[in-house]
Order: sequence, then C-alpha cells, then structure tokens
Amino acid sequence: MSAAQPDTGYNFAYLDEGTKRMIRRAILKAIAIPGYQVPFASREMPMPYGWGTGGVQVTAAILGKDDVLKVIDQGSDDTTNAVSIRAFFARTADVAVTTRTREATVIQTRHRIPEAPLHEGQVLVYQVPIPEPLRYLEPRETETRQLHALAEYGLMHVKLYEDIARHGHIATTYAYPVEVAGRYVMDPSPTPKFDNPKMDDCPALQLFGAGREKRIYAVPPHTRVKSLDFEDHPFRVQTFDRPCALCGAEGVYLDEVLLDDAGGRMFVCSDTDHCEERRADGHVGTGGVAETVAHA
Amino acid sequence: MLARGFTDPVHDSQGVFRAVMDALARPGTIQGLATGLEPPSPLTAELAAIALALADADAPLWLDEPLRQHPAVAEFLRFHTGARLTGTPSEAAFALVSDPAACPEFGTFAQGTPAYPDRSTTLVLAVSDLSCGEGWRLDGPGIRGGARLAAAPVPADMVERLGRNHAGFPQGVDLILAAAGRLAALPRSTRVTGG
Amino acid sequence: MYVAVKGGEAAIANAHRLLAEARRGDSSVPELSVAQIREQMALLVDRVMTEGSLYDPDLAALALKQARGDLIEAVFLVRAYRTTLPRFGASEPVETGAMSLRRRISATYKDLPGGQVLGPTFDYTHRLIDFALAAEGEAPVAAESEPLADAAHAPRVTDLLGRDGLIEPSAADDGSPPGDLTREPLDFPADRALRLQALARGDEGFVLALGYSTQRGYGRTHPFVGEIRVGTVAVEFVPEELGFAVPLGEIDLTECQMVNQFHGTAEVPPQFTRGYGLAFGQSERKAMAMALVDRALRAEELGEPVGAPAQDQEFVLAHCDALQATGFVEHLKLPHYVDFQAELELVRRLRAEHAARHAAPKAGTAAEMKEAAE
Repeated sequence: MSAAQPDTGYNFAYLDEGTKRMIRRAILKAIAIPGYQVPFASREMPMPYGWGTGGVQVTAAILGKDDVLKVIDQGSDDTTNAVSIRAFFARTADVAVTTRTREATVIQTRHRIPEAPLHEGQVLVYQVPIPEPLRYLEPRETETRQLHALAEYGLMHVKLYEDIARHGHIATTYAYPVEVAGRYVMDPSPTPKFDNPKMDDCPALQLFGAGREKRIYAVPPHTRVKSLDFEDHPFRVQTFDRPCALCGAEGVYLDEVLLDDAGGRMFVCSDTDHCEERRADGHVGTGGVAETVAHA
Repeated sequence: MLARGFTDPVHDSQGVFRAVMDALARPGTIQGLATGLEPPSPLTAELAAIALALADADAPLWLDEPLRQHPAVAEFLRFHTGARLTGTPSEAAFALVSDPAACPEFGTFAQGTPAYPDRSTTLVLAVSDLSCGEGWRLDGPGIRGGARLAAAPVPADMVERLGRNHAGFPQGVDLILAAAGRLAALPRSTRVTGG
Repeated sequence: MYVAVKGGEAAIANAHRLLAEARRGDSSVPELSVAQIREQMALLVDRVMTEGSLYDPDLAALALKQARGDLIEAVFLVRAYRTTLPRFGASEPVETGAMSLRRRISATYKDLPGGQVLGPTFDYTHRLIDFALAAEGEAPVAAESEPLADAAHAPRVTDLLGRDGLIEPSAADDGSPPGDLTREPLDFPADRALRLQALARGDEGFVLALGYSTQRGYGRTHPFVGEIRVGTVAVEFVPEELGFAVPLGEIDLTECQMVNQFHGTAEVPPQFTRGYGLAFGQSERKAMAMALVDRALRAEELGEPVGAPAQDQEFVLAHCDALQATGFVEHLKLPHYVDFQAELELVRRLRAEHAARHAAPKAGTAAEMKEAAE
C-alpha cells in the first residue's frame, strides 16, 4: 500500500526530536522494568486526549522510515479513529501502511490484539485510557504508587473476590488485570479478557502509551503475563457458541451486529483483517445470512 | 576541528534507538549498529552514537576516567547533545564507560527509588568482544527459554555485580554492551549466572 | 447482508467538508475577520490565550474562528500549536508592581495610594440587552480619560500589609527555575508554582466552581480581594550569549491578590495569608477563582485540616484541565463495541444463571448463594 507524501513543516512523525528522545528514554526504562508505569511528559497532540494520544506518541517515537504500520480500533482497520491515525502517520512520516497483521512491523491498537499470532519482529502499541489497574479501587496516585512499590495487590484480589461473592464468578470482562513477570500488576488497556492469553509469552514487544495520564509501560517479548485469578475460580475467557458468520472462524472474538429491530443479529469476526484473509483463502461462514436469535 | 555528528540526525537517532530498544527487549541478542561517527578517542563510535541518540539537556551524562581525561570528548558530547556532564554517577541518566574493567560499582550509579525505579542510570560499556551463544547464562523477560552472552573486557566480578543488581529489582541499573558495529543489553530484569 | 464499517476514510473527508461549510454559515452574511474577533471578542481571546498557555491574540482569534467559537476547541488548537514551537528559555519574572494600570481595585481599603481605578468593567452595568448594538450604530462616545494610576505610586496592597508584618511574606525566590508541567509529568505533591501553572491553564468554569465551593464552606478561607490589577507589563529575556536582559515586548495581565484570614500557631503570630491568581489579558473571574483555589490548596502547608475538594491537590490538578477533561469525556463517542460485547455476554450469562436459580427449588438457591458469599 502506498502512502501519501509527507506534509512539509513538521518533523518526521510529527514530534520534535527532543520529545522523541524523552519518550524513547521512558520506553527503554519501561522495557527494563516490565509492567511498571514510567511517567513521561506527554505532549499535547493534534488529536484529543482519550483518542490515542499516548499510543500515537509511542508510535511516533519508535517509527522509522522502513517500518510498515497497521492501525486498528476494535480489531478493525476501517473504524474512523483507526483510519484517522493511520492517515496521520502516512502524512507526517510517509511510512508504508498495511491492514495485514503479518506484514506490519508496528501495530497500533485500541481495544484488541490481532487474532493472527504476532512474530518476533513486531511491536504492538496499545492506546491506554487509564493505565493504573488500581485506580478504581484507590483514586489517589500517591497511594497507588506506594502500593506498586510494596507489591501490595491485596485490594485487587479483594475486588475480584467480591465479584465472585456477588455473581458467582469474576465480573470483569475487559481491562482485566494481569501480573507481569511475577512482579507488577498491570492494566492491559480495555481489551476484552479474551485477548489476555495472547499477551503471555508473546513473541512481539508490547508497548503501552497513556497520553492524558502521562504513563508508558511495556511487556518485553516472551514474558510471563498472568491474568489474576483464584485456585477455585481460575481465569477463563469468553467463548462464543457459534462461528463467524462470514468466514466460519471459531475461537475468535466476535462482534454482534444488529440487523433489524426484531432481534435479528449476526456474529462476525472483530478482527477484520483475519476475517478477510480467511475468506480470501476460501473459508465461508453461514453465508452472511442473518440468523435470528430468539429473545429469552 | 570538532568531529561531526549524525549525517541524518532524525533517522540515525531512530536507528540507534531501535537497536537499543530491541537489545533491551531481547537480552542475549546482538543488534547491529552502524553509526558513521568518528568521535575523538577514546570515545568509541558506538558510545558516541548512543549518547547522541538519547542524551540531551534533560538527561545528564557521566564519563569514566579515561573519557574525562580527554577534553575533546567532553567538547564533542556537549556540542552534539547539549547534555550536562556530571561528575556524580548517581545524577547520570547515562554513564559512558570506555574502560569497563575499571567500571565503578554499579551501586554508585542512580538506582531509582521503590516508587520510581525508572529514575536510574543506564550504563553504556564499550567492550571489544561481544558474542551470543556462549558465556553467561541469561533468563528473564525478553528471553525465550534461555540465552547466552559473552562480553569482554568487563569487571572481574561482573556476574556477582549483575546478581546484586538483579536482586534489587525493580530498582537497579541497566547495561548496554557496545562493541564495534553491534550491541547487546542486560536490563535489571535479567538473571545472569556464570557461564 | 453484512454492513461493514467500510469507507471510514471517505466519511471522514466528507465530515471535514461539512464542518467547513457549517463554520462559514450563511455565505450571504459577511465573513468575520481575525482582527474583528481579536478586537471585539477580546475577553474570549484572553481566555483562549490563558487556558492555551500562549500569548498571541491574533493566533487565539484565528483559533476561535476556526473552532466556530467553541472555546475549548480553540484552546486545543492553540495548545497543539504551542507544543510544536521551539523553546528558547524562560523569561525574567514580570514585575506586576510596575504594571501600567488600566484597572486597579481593592476591596480591603476605601482608598489607597494610587487610588481605585475602575477601568473597563461590567461590574456596575445593568445587564439589559442593548438593542442599539444590533443596529450596528455609531462608534461609542470616547470616555473621559480616567486618570491612570501611576505605577510608581500604586504599590501592591500586599506590600502595604507586608510592611507591618500583617501578611505572610511571599516565599523568597531561591533562584531555582520553576517547574513546567508541559515538560515534566506532574508529580504529587506538586509545589505551589506547578499548582499555579495548572490552575492558570485550568478550565475557568471548573476553577470558578471550586473557588465558589470554598466560599460555601467546603474549605473556607475567609477571603478578601486585596487587589485586582489589570494592565500591561514588559517581558524581558536574558539570552545566554548576552548575559543581560533584553525586552521582548509587552503583555496584558490580570493579577489578583487574595488576602485570607489565618489564626497563627504557637510559633507564628496571627497574620493574613495569600492566595494568588494571574491570567493573560483581562480575565478577572479566572484570576479571582484561581486565587481562591490557590489558597485552599495551601491548607496542608498552613496546617489546616484537608478535606474539601478544593483543598485536595490530586483532585484539583488531575481534573482542572479542560483539554484532558473534554478529550476523555468525548472519547466515549469512539466505538467501544468490543468491550460492550464482553459485557453483553456476561450480562446474558448472569441473567441465564439467575433464571436457572429461580427455576430451581428455593432452598437450593439459598444454600448456593450462601456458599458463594463465603
């Protein structure tokens, strides 16, 4: 895929070199201390806070002219914010862009990890809204920082156990906390917990950028990432009781698409690239024919 | 005349950073590093490249004794990075060590604090030999199964030092080992045992 | 039959065209010039400069035009522009005591050296819509030029109080450069200089409401307006290579010194304390609200109990920035269907389990619940 000519007037990948150095230093420390949130002087970006400014700054700091960039939001390359961020880098960095997971060297994502296994040469950059896994349990930064320093994660276990008491199982379905390399508890960003197992022993480097909250953290490749759980309530991911209606894939995360106001709906791959590749390989689902699920 | 800096500061810096990033993310692997620099001796091209790519007014540099003895080195680094040169190892963001066998105790450099372990020094050691598949045994984040790495010269008690450094995790220093045209890294998260 | 969300690119381009059209409005109505906005929407321009942390009236006016008058959007444009500017260094501190005054009032003294100068203020206007303005009539009659206060003879009220030791002295300048939260991430506890920077950049509405809350008992500070001064000050800069200060130009500022009660301690005799506010242009509401919140945030330093929202620096500083707030609130517009799907699946499962429990014998359900609760 060819990229547009870069705009003149801005540095390669928009950020000035001083800002890139600052972010790069933060990334190096983040890699050396897996799961620890490194504070960084997040800049005001030309897109709003909460729309991926952290991920964009991390991507801008690591991107080189030979990189091939993929941007997804909700697993899809075609959602408006993914399109907008991809266009931003095509314009300011003139890098090659792709929708193919395996062709990309840098993948910026919001809310999903691609279905296709990642490989050694890749970097996955997550956009993170609230990097602090303890934030909803303890709103104060001064407190949570101490809790991390002391590796005191009792609060988190209490919260998860309260879920079990109330609902019979853990009721956290996304942004499900993980323990990284046996030390720091980390927020995986609001990916569905379905994606948590992909973080463990992942061959790609995983970088996390939170712009508004001014934090960068990392999971090096081949690092143990364990979803918090209990012996009597082991971690489980969501399962779907039907395959993708378009490509017939099983064991993938599905989006529910409403077709009408009478309960008609279909389930299709959230990872659009994965779905397209499967269909290109001749896989067919139930033919894209709507199936109606009766309301209970 | 002052030796020149990067030919293409934007992309050369990015290339050096990515090599360092990949080395830290995958301890035990060796990353290529072409610099095109000819800094004043005894500063090696690799040490110079890492300093130019990552140091600036917000990231002070510490130089070891042989580097300090050559004013041309300080002049080169000041001009190209704008970084403050500090004589206090615990203030340094990066420590450039041209004579690694005589490197001060790692504990004299910034270790970070329990709340901010990132506020620590990155040591850049100029080694002459660097190879993987032999030498120390490495395991930890970034390493699939196990890895081996050999570098020389290094302090005689290198393995003990690395052991103490790792034992202090999440505090501690991170090491970059840079030889001609290549580098490897030993972050504090890596457990190193004798080869 | 599957309606994929394809064509995002085309949709975005089209939205941009629609926005440009909506911005212009009815093209039979003459277009606003940047100079018109700068001159006639001056207080709005001042607010954009203050919250945008950039003194440039023309740029702020242009941002307002581009933003269709959306204040926060204009601040956003200015801030995003500001981050790309090279930094040459920090100016010398401006001397507000030597301000060329356009307005200067004190609520703590009936009269004082230099006098009370009302200047251009809404304070004593009757808020009656002036339909004559709709007729776009004549230029207003020039005001009788009020005798401008002579800066040399209008000492700051806090200096007058300070002479008698009635107010705490300003903290001495230790020469260390003040922090800059646009260059270093904010770290708690933040010192007063950083707090003031955050408040100056902070959303006027948020800071106003917090200041108001202190007046209603959520962290009372017993404030008096020692002085509000509006006027022009010179900005100077010391270039490294020259070693002496050179003038860069002049800027308009509003400064508010709030004088607050304090009872003293065993060691310190009772004296008044300070709250400080400073904003670009004429931004009195902002400067006053900022001074109230500044004083409230000093509670811990002054040994007062900390409990009210305005006294809680993590709460205030983490939430006062309009750009951070608007970004995160508005990002809820972005698709969240992947997470929603995860919640949907869970709620369906919980409902199914609930239904199954209710279908089962009552005793069994109770026992099961009890077990789960343990």
